[in-house]
Amino acid sequence: MASAMINVPAKAKRGDIIEIKTLMSHIMEPGYRHKASGEVVPRDIITSLTCRFNGNEIFRADLFPAVAANPFITFFTTATESGKFEFEWIGDQGFSETASASISVE
Amino acid sequence: MQQPPNSSRRQFLGLAGGAAVLGALPVVTVRPAEATPAMLASAIQSVTGGAAVRTGKVKLDIPPLVENGNTVPMTVSVNHPMAAEDHVRSIHVFNEKNPQPNIANFHLGPHNGRAQVSARIRLADSQKIVAIAKLSDGSFWSASVDVVVTLAACTEEVI
Repeated sequence: MASAMINVPAKAKRGDIIEIKTLMSHIMEPGYRHKASGEVVPRDIITSLTCRFNGNEIFRADLFPAVAANPFITFFTTATESGKFEFEWIGDQGFSETASASISVE
Repeated sequence: MQQPPNSSRRQFLGLAGGAAVLGALPVVTVRPAEATPAMLASAIQSVTGGAAVRTGKVKLDIPPLVENGNTVPMTVSVNHPMAAEDHVRSIHVFNEKNPQPNIANFHLGPHNGRAQVSARIRLADSQKIVAIAKLSDGSFWSASVDVVVTLAACTEEVI
């Protein structure tokens, strides 16, 4: 079963550039592998990760089969105000997961 | 239960024998599909729309020698301010020998503060990795790294 791990600092000073780390458990089946019987294993990957802060999109990634299993993606953002980060992963075969984390900015 | 004597030694010898047989055969590498530098060029073209891509500003951190292609750490950073009027809009990463040359696109904006992203990728062969940054003024900057891969990803058989 898929599960998300996100790492956002709980506190930051206004104007600090903070690092956000995300990891989603997922097989990321590229769709190029074969079973011993010869049939192709169907593609099953996460195609996008979106991060919103207080409702505004601040980061988006389009992913392709060349991304490794359990996509681990990190990026930066400037801490401007207290609020909530919301993460959304969307993928093949109806895959959809969300996670959120709060930050207090002083 | 009684273990057969020297079972680990037998296993080892069996594996070694298998490896020797493999070694004697000509190495035939099966690729998922035809993948050519032309496909890389057309994938880049679809991002840039034919605009000139200059070398510089972009730093692509990836190990030059990869032992396991299944999970290769990669960091792309762009040496450019992230101001409201002048910032990095997106970072695109491509590989040369993949039926689908795109690895990932990252969409950024001034609120990111620093144009740097990391991810773990898969590589099925020794090849060139290209990162392209699109700036808010419409210009494109790139960096490329040649990577040697010893254990390929993506083509192994599923049991």
